[in-house]
Formats: sequence, structure tokens, C-alpha cells
Amino acid sequence: MEIRRYTFIALIIIVLIGVVVVVGKSEVSPGVIIVSMIATTIAVATPLTLGALTGVFCERAGVVNIGIEGMMLASAFFGWFGAIYMNTILKMGAFPSLIIGVIIAVITGGLLGLLHAVLSVTFKVDQIIGGTVINLLAVGISGFLNRQLFFEKGSIFGGQVPHAPGVLPRLHIPLLGDIPVVGTVFEQQPITIAAILLVIITHYVLFYTRWGLRTRAVGEHPRAADTVGINVYRMRYLNVIIGGLIAGLAGAYFTLESVPSFEPLMTNGRGFIALAAMIFGNWSPFGSWAAALVFGAASALQINLQFFRELIPPQWAFFQSSAVVGMVPYILTMLIMTGIIGKTRAPAADGIPYEK
Amino acid sequence: MTTILELKGITKQFPGVLANDHVDFDLKKGEIHALLGENGAGKTTLMNILYGLYKPDSGELYRDGKEVSLNSPKDAIAIGIGMVHQHFMLIPVFTVTENIMLGEEKLKNAVLDRNGVSAKVGELSQKYGLEIDPESFVEDIPVGVQQRVEIVKTLYRKAEILILDEPTAVLTPQEVEDLFRIMRELTSQGVSIIFITHKLKEVLKIADRITVMRAGKVVGTAIPSETDESHLAAMMVGREVILNVEKEPAQPKEDVLQVIDLKVNDLRGLEAVRGVTFSVRAGEILGIAGVQGNGQTELVEALTGLRQSTGGKVVLQGKDMTNNPPRPIIENGLSHIPEDRQRHGLVLAYPVADNLVLCNYYLPPFGVNFVMQNKAIDENARKLVKDFDIRTPSPFVPTSNLSGGNQQKVIVARELSRPVQLLIANQPTRGLDVGSIEYIHRQIVNMRGKGVAVLLVSAELDEIMSLADRIAVMYQGKIVDIVDTQKTTKSELGLKMAGAQAQA
Amino acid sequence: MDKSEPQVKEEKPNAFIRIVKQVGNALLVPLLAVITAMIVGGLVIAGAKGDPFAAYAGLFEGAFGTLRALSETTVWATPYIFAGLAVALAFKGGLFNIGAEGQLALGAVASAWVGYRLPELLGTTIPGAIHLPLTVGAGMLAGAIWGAIPGWLKAKTGAHEVINTIMMNYIALNLVSYLLNGPMKDPDPLNVIARTPLISEGAQIPVIFSKYRFHWGFILALVVAFLVWWLLWKTTLGFEIRTAGSNPDAGKYAGINVSRTIVLTMTLSGMLAGLAGAIEVTALNYRHELGFSQGYGFDAIAIALLGKSHPFGAVVGAILFGAMRNGATRMQFLTQIPVDVISVIQALILLFVAADAIVRFIYRIRAPREQVVLTRGWGK
Repeated sequence: MEIRRYTFIALIIIVLIGVVVVVGKSEVSPGVIIVSMIATTIAVATPLTLGALTGVFCERAGVVNIGIEGMMLASAFFGWFGAIYMNTILKMGAFPSLIIGVIIAVITGGLLGLLHAVLSVTFKVDQIIGGTVINLLAVGISGFLNRQLFFEKGSIFGGQVPHAPGVLPRLHIPLLGDIPVVGTVFEQQPITIAAILLVIITHYVLFYTRWGLRTRAVGEHPRAADTVGINVYRMRYLNVIIGGLIAGLAGAYFTLESVPSFEPLMTNGRGFIALAAMIFGNWSPFGSWAAALVFGAASALQINLQFFRELIPPQWAFFQSSAVVGMVPYILTMLIMTGIIGKTRAPAADGIPYEK
Repeated sequence: MTTILELKGITKQFPGVLANDHVDFDLKKGEIHALLGENGAGKTTLMNILYGLYKPDSGELYRDGKEVSLNSPKDAIAIGIGMVHQHFMLIPVFTVTENIMLGEEKLKNAVLDRNGVSAKVGELSQKYGLEIDPESFVEDIPVGVQQRVEIVKTLYRKAEILILDEPTAVLTPQEVEDLFRIMRELTSQGVSIIFITHKLKEVLKIADRITVMRAGKVVGTAIPSETDESHLAAMMVGREVILNVEKEPAQPKEDVLQVIDLKVNDLRGLEAVRGVTFSVRAGEILGIAGVQGNGQTELVEALTGLRQSTGGKVVLQGKDMTNNPPRPIIENGLSHIPEDRQRHGLVLAYPVADNLVLCNYYLPPFGVNFVMQNKAIDENARKLVKDFDIRTPSPFVPTSNLSGGNQQKVIVARELSRPVQLLIANQPTRGLDVGSIEYIHRQIVNMRGKGVAVLLVSAELDEIMSLADRIAVMYQGKIVDIVDTQKTTKSELGLKMAGAQAQA
Repeated sequence: MDKSEPQVKEEKPNAFIRIVKQVGNALLVPLLAVITAMIVGGLVIAGAKGDPFAAYAGLFEGAFGTLRALSETTVWATPYIFAGLAVALAFKGGLFNIGAEGQLALGAVASAWVGYRLPELLGTTIPGAIHLPLTVGAGMLAGAIWGAIPGWLKAKTGAHEVINTIMMNYIALNLVSYLLNGPMKDPDPLNVIARTPLISEGAQIPVIFSKYRFHWGFILALVVAFLVWWLLWKTTLGFEIRTAGSNPDAGKYAGINVSRTIVLTMTLSGMLAGLAGAIEVTALNYRHELGFSQGYGFDAIAIALLGKSHPFGAVVGAILFGAMRNGATRMQFLTQIPVDVISVIQALILLFVAADAIVRFIYRIRAPREQVVLTRGWGK
């Protein structure tokens, strides 16, 4: 079952990379395209991987979180604002500003996680509605503050868009990074590398530690956990907050690692795609990562195809539009949600408020 | 024998119900003390208080003579109390070891020490004769074994006091024997047991002392050798119970329902009904006896169109109804009192009046040309509320406001008030008070008198014995035997339910 | 039966008072939620160094202060009503349609296409009596299809409609962006934006006043709200939708084809959202322009929840939201508070309506006995 899933994932990724190779081979050698596609795939999968890990923590503890999108968006904004504030007003220098930006983003995510926990665990609000509230709240607050802080007369930056401190630098990994051609795959930025480490850590925590055992128990059968003295509410609160912190890191990716700017609605549905990745990954960290890579490859397809737009033969003109190629991840998500690639099994108490 | 546990004057009030009213209870070392009472008598509430799940409004609790206060199960576990709940508190996707260590995890270098706990489990199961495999997943092992896991779970926590809440409800008679053997083994090694049940025979067989509860109060304590079944029954119910329903001899006519070699899979895709053949005739009650989980649920779901069968035939009134959806079957004369009344039988948020037309809302006089006729629906509701004595402030309040017994009456009223040739009643009296049980039994017998074919599925052997004309015994998805109620005995049926006559 | 006559009177003592009480109870919490959100929103404004009282005064003036303001409020409210009804209907059927935005956008595109392209294709003008229904119908059909797909996927495969409707939103937005920048782009050499040509006159709903933008669409929206109410509570189909929504297991037991009902509910819901787009094209803008929808589909979720998933509640919620959006411009003009603050207040309203436990907690109101099921998690 699991092998079938991973084979399928590998297959889609190969097809997506193959498309770019076929289109671009007359200008760039296939090897370079493949390496570049893989590097881009890993990088753009980052927010999806992190978002899916958010989902894993929340849902393994029994709380559905469709507010990941909003958590990312708000964190992206506040992280960006923090970095600029440090850089422009406090004159801290680019790198320290970025680091503080990341910390602020992570805290923002954690606070929204706390809000989601209050809504879904304490007030027992329908969890999907609760997530929607967070999504709309994030859109409203980030849009409002973005205008208020940056574009209004008399705002702290004097109505001028200040200079952003740039993005987090690429890290050079010794040995792996030194391999010719292929080495670029490992030249990644810090949040991307952190995401991969978090996948491993989450797997370890979930399946090998007391915390993980209790988290899963609370998500499968909260009453059973309660009867052996585990505080269900506390476990759910903490896991949802941890999830929020991770979503905050994902938010930081958008404005501090990917591009040095903030756009309203810039997360563009990736929080929801991350959820689909989590479901397709069967609520497991490695499965989620693999699924996130599929979507990463789909986005990499869109990005890399831009360069070879004129090379697309005229009878395929439809695919010259980046809007058309941009549909691929969404269509893939829907295909995966139908379960044609194998049914998955949600934690038994996922989405059900616990009543003592 | 020393008293190791004492409860004094425990009172617990829930909205609208006084669940425990100044209850006194005590337990001596190494004894089996049975707590006997009907559903809703307050036994489970009392035990949940003892296990720290509820806080009593008043009353005291003493362990070895010292007063204790329990705020959570953790506190109860700490003073050596362990509980095996009626619905097992096991996580299906965890292994036996993981389930046992949950909450009391052992660590080795900050990692779960699965091997260490596994060894400890093996040790405990040896010591008390509780055979379990620590490595298997709970969802893969039979119910009887799951119960042993629950017991080991308490022993792993060094429980000296074991609360068993209705432990025999889901067991075959053989498994019950096995459980009793384990219970004796445990008491011989110094464990004390509180045995909660509503089954008189079991109490007389295993208990050292019996305390009877009724309507939240303790009505008395007895010793098995000095009492008998009818005396205990009277204490339990508060009056002499008529154990037998009065009825005329059956006058069965033509076959209404024929089931031929029917095969049905369960939710997990495993074959739950493995080729059953029987028929139900007009004017008779066919009872299906069997321990829960032997395919009865799947059988009924297949007959009523809620689940696809994988083989065989269902014929209702001469028409082949195999794998039809519910509506054509209902239109061909089926009435169905479902097993899970809140899940299948009612829309709790709807007013009583709407639930009374749930199956025929689209037919005149209730629905004409796709428009609902509220006048007819209201009239129907007033009539049925009166005829079936449904206790509700008005037919227009949400059905969720009604008591369990009255909710069941809403279903019964709806199902019996339309033209019916076949009535399938699955666990029709589970969890109801005695008054409602008697009422529903009378209604079922009435339908038989009117020439309706009745298929009664019940886990209560007494209910089957007193209502059914013929009894089909189900075991592991097969019908082991079909017998005349007059020509059989309870013990014979019990053996068959355990699969003893599978060759017959 | 003759004996039961006096009893009837006892059971329904003064139906009028009962209804007033019911409506009062139903309105209390949403009203308090709005007030609470306004208070918190006021704090946000104060935090941004604005004067909340002046801001709200400007908001009110901009929404209701003049005939023109009133007219503009109805213009804003019209798509909100349709989209709010779409979401509310789906909620009643136990489905969460987050896809109103995409259904609306596609409805608008389809309407615009039939509106300007069909006469070109036929080489002749089409009489309004035929062209207008075709144009509106095309928008409804497109929305219906876009809603039906996630409905069908849910019924057939159990795929959760929340994820799928969101995905359909993004697909629709990409598709519309492609069409408006490509094949359907207004060929006028002066045109630089992504929009279609004007629809032909036969496909236009005539204006009512030359001075005000108030249009027939608002009146149609009120009629449709009544129709949705009638459908839900007076027809057998409505009974089936509500049963499948409230307890699908009981629905199946009672012989209702729950799968079919799910597809139908999502189709109707998508159709209503598509109608919102069609009306914007045929009654107001006479063309489709990229990004004309200011998140109507998402606000519709808050509107439906604010209206407790009741069609009339959705109308009230839609007018409130329309008034806020409309008044915000005046507020910004008078107080320099950005219009975006309205999004914050609206999100807060949703927060307090959805988490009515918080409002009940703040104002110490007793909870109702039965919580209504709105949506379900992934577990099937």
C-alpha cells in the first residue's frame, strides 16, 4: 500500500520534470534542467511541507485545522514587517533583521494556533468554521495593516515603502554541496533545510516518544486517554500551538526566504494544498513531505516552463499561459482527494470536540 | 477480611436526574462485590465517581480508612483503583503494549521502551493466567481478548481494586466462564473486584456480596446463598416483574421474507454474514439470538437496504429485493426499528412531527406534488402522540428534548402506523426503562396478531425467549440452528450461541 | 377528533408570540456578535490612531446617509444576497461550500460570453426576450456545474467538499484570468485591462433610475431568497436536503438518496452563486472584468453564518455587509482610516458568530439545547 503510494508520487514528479526537459531540451541540456527542477521542487515545497506538518500535529491530536492558510499569511506579514522594522527603524543590519523577522513570524503562527485551540478545544466551535475564521481574520488584518503601516501618510515609514532587508542567504552544505552539477540541489536556504529536519523530528516525536504516543491517543480515542490520566485538553492545546509555530515558519518562507516583499493573499491557497498533502501522506510526516514534493514539482513546472514559453509548439498554445499551467497543482489536489490513489485513514477522533 | 474501600453518602445530581442519592458502598479485600441494577439505576455514575471521572456533589470516600478526594482518573489510579469500562478504552490502531503503557510510559534514553513494557506485560499475563500477545494490534484481536488487555492495563498500574462495568455484555457464555475463572484467580491473589451488572444469574454465580441499586439509591445488600433470582429482580425493579409476555399461540401463514444464502461484508470488508438462509412468515416472530458482533448488524443492514450484500438473495412478498436501496423495500412493506436509534432512526434536531413522517413525507397526504402538507403532518403527529402515548410537551418540540424511551416510541409510532408486512426490530428495548420495554414488547406482539411478519434481533436472550415463536441462533456470521421456542431451553441456546453445535 | 380541538389551542398558545420569541432568540446572538465585533473593531481603529466614533459615523453616513448611499448599499448587497443564499443552502444540506467565489466568477464569465459572443456567432441580434434569459441562464449553469463537481466527488468518493471547493476556486480564477487576458479579451485597441467586450443590448437588464445604480437585481435577490426559503421548508426536496444535512444516516434509513441529494444541493448552491455573477454582468456592469468580485464568495460564508443559515437571515447579513463595504469609502474619505479595516471587522463578526459560545460567555446567555451540525471532518 505505502509502496504503491510512493511509487505513484515518484511517477508524477518524473512526469512533471520530464515535461520541462522535453520542452526545453533544445536550449538547455537535460541534466541542468533536471537539477534545476529538483532544486526548485525542494524549495517551493517548503511551505507545503511545513503546512502539512502543522496539519499532522493538529490532526494527530484530533483537531482539524483548515486555518493553516491564514496562519501562514498573517505570519508572512508580521515576519516581514518585523524584519523591515528592525532593518529600517532600528538599523539592525540585514541578517539579524531577517532572523528576528522569522522569530516574529513563528510567534504569530503560535498565537493563531492558540486562537484555534481556544475556539476548537475550549469553546468547541465547529473546527472547520474556526479555521475559516482564522483565514478571514488573517486576510483582513494583513490587508489592513499592510496599507495602514506602509502606504498611509503619517505611518511609521512615512508613507514610503521601505527598503526590505532581502532574503535569507543560501547555505552551503559541505561535501554534498561540493558535488559538481548535482551540488546545487543541496544549496538551499535555511527554512527549506529546517523543513526537512522538521519532517525527521516530527516522525521521531510522533512514533518514538511519550509525547507522540499521547498525542496520537488523544486524536484516536480521547476518552481512553482521559481514563488513564492524560489531560486531553492540554495535549490538544499544545499540539495545535506547536502546529501554529510551524505554520509561522512556513509564513516566514514567503516574505523572508522566497521573495523580499509582501502581497495581500500571497499564500495563494498553499495552506489548503498542504492539507491535501497531509491527507495524501496519510497523516504521517514522511508521507506528507513526499506529497508536498509532488505539488512542489507542479509549481516548479510552472516556474521553469516560463523560461521556455516560446518553445511550446503552436498547437499547444493553450499551455503558454501561466494561468493554465498554474492550475496543475489544484487539479492534482482534487485528483488526490478522490482517493483513486488509495484511501487513507484519518485519526478516529479528528474534528470531534471532546466532551468530558 | 478488612474493608479497603468505603463510600459514604455519595450524591450526584445531573440536569433533571438525581443519579446518586446518598449511596453507601464498601469493598473488602479479596472479595467480589456485585453492584446490581437496571440501566439508569446509577451504577455507572457511582463507579465514575469512584474512578475520578465525576466529582460527587456530596459524600465521602475512604481508602484503607483514610478519606481521599479524587479529581481525575490519575488520583484513582494512584490509590490502586483500576476500571474496565463497558465500552473498552482501547485504541484500535495501537498495539497491546502501547495501549497498556499509555499514560504510564516507560522510557529508555528518552525513547519509549516498548520491549521493556512488552516483557512486563508477558510477566503479568503469566501470573494471572491472562493470555495476550503484547505485539498484536488491538483492532485485530477478539473482544474477549481485548477485555483481558483492559484487565492487564489495570494490573500494570498496580491496581488492587478492579471495577468491571458490565463485563459480560459482549462475551459468549464460554468467554464469560473464562472471565469468571480470571476473576477468581485475581481475588485469590488479593485483588478486590467490583462487578457491575444487571444479569441476575451471573451475580448469583460469582459474587461474594450483592448490593442492589434502584433509581440512584441503594435498596439493599444480600449474600448469594441467602437470596434468589426473583427476590433480586423484585429489588432491582421495585415490583414483581412479569418475565413473560402474554400472547396467543402463533398462527403463521405464508412466507413474507425469504433470505437465501445471503453474504454480507462488514465495514472493514471482511465477510460478516457468511451465507444465511431463513424465512419469516406472516403472523410469527422470528428471533435472532447471538452474542453481539456475530453478523446481526450487517444482516439487518443488508435486509433493509442500508448495506450491499455480496451474494445470495432477499425476497420480500415474492419480489426480489436483493441490494435494493431502502425506499423500494420500505414501499414493499418494510418497517424497521433500527439498532442505533439516534443515528439511524431520528433526526434529533427535527420536531417530533417531522420525525413521525420521516419515511413517508413524500407520499399523500403529507407530500402532494412535491409540496409538504403541514396540516396533514401536524394532524398525524397529534394523533400518533396520543395513540402511542409519547410523552412530549408538544409535537413541535425538537425530538432531542425527549427521553430515550419516548424517542424510541416516536420511532415505533412511525414504523407501526404505516401499512406494514414485515417488521424488523433490532435491539428495540436496549437501554430503556422497564415501562417502555413492556410497552414496546406489547406493540410487537400486537403486530404479530395483525398478521405481520416480525424479525426480532436482540442480544438479550430473555427478550428473545419471551417474544419469539422461533429462534435462529447466529454465530460467526452463520445461522447455527433454527429452533421452536417451546422446544428449547436457555442453556441449550447459550451453547449454540457459543458455536457448540456448529456441525448441526 | 372533536375532543382534541381544545387541546390544539393548548399546544400552540398564541402562535404569534411564539414566532416573535423564536425570531428574537435567533437574532439575539448574531446582534450581540455584531456589536462585540464593532467594539473590538473600534479598538483596532483607535490602535491605528483613528477616532472610532468618527469612523463609524462616517461608515453609517456612507451607507445610509443619502438616497445615493442607500442605492449603492443595495448594489453592494445584491451579489452578497445571492452568494449568501448559496452558502446558506449548502449549510442546510450539511455541506460547506467555500467555492462560491469561483462559481460566481465562472457564472459571470459564462454570462458575459453568451451576452457578447452569441450574437456575433449567429451573425444577428437576438431579441431580448430570448437573449436575456439565455445570458442569465448561462451564468447559472456555469455556477451549477462548478458546484456540482465537488458535490459529485463527495457523493462518489467521499472527498471532502471543503478542500475541493477551494481548489475549484483557484482553478476558476486561473481559468477566468486566462480567458479575460486571452480569447475573451475586449479587442478595443484602447483597452489595456483584462475584461470582456460589452454585452449586447438584448442581454442587458434595463436600468431603473438614470441617477442611481439601484437595479432589478436587488429585487430579484429578495424574490430568490423567498424561493429558497420556500424550497427548504415547504417542499419535499427541501425536507430531503435538510434531512441529509442534519443526519445523513437517518436520511439513508428513511429511503432518501443521500448521494443524489448532496449533488443536488451543491448544484443548487453553485447555481445561486453563478446567478450572483450573472446578475452583476447583466444588470450592473454589462461586461465581466477581472477582479470585479471583491471576495463576495468568502464574505458570503460570514453572511450565511451571521444569518444562521436561514435565507432571510442571509438577506439581513448581506445588507449589513453591503452597507459596511459601501460606507467604508466615505469613512476613509472623512477619517483616513483605510477601507480594509472593514475586512477586520467582518472577520471579527464571523469569529463571534461562529464562536457563539464566546458571545454567550461574555453576555451570560444560556446555550440552546441542541447544537446544529454545520460541517463534518474528514472522517467519513
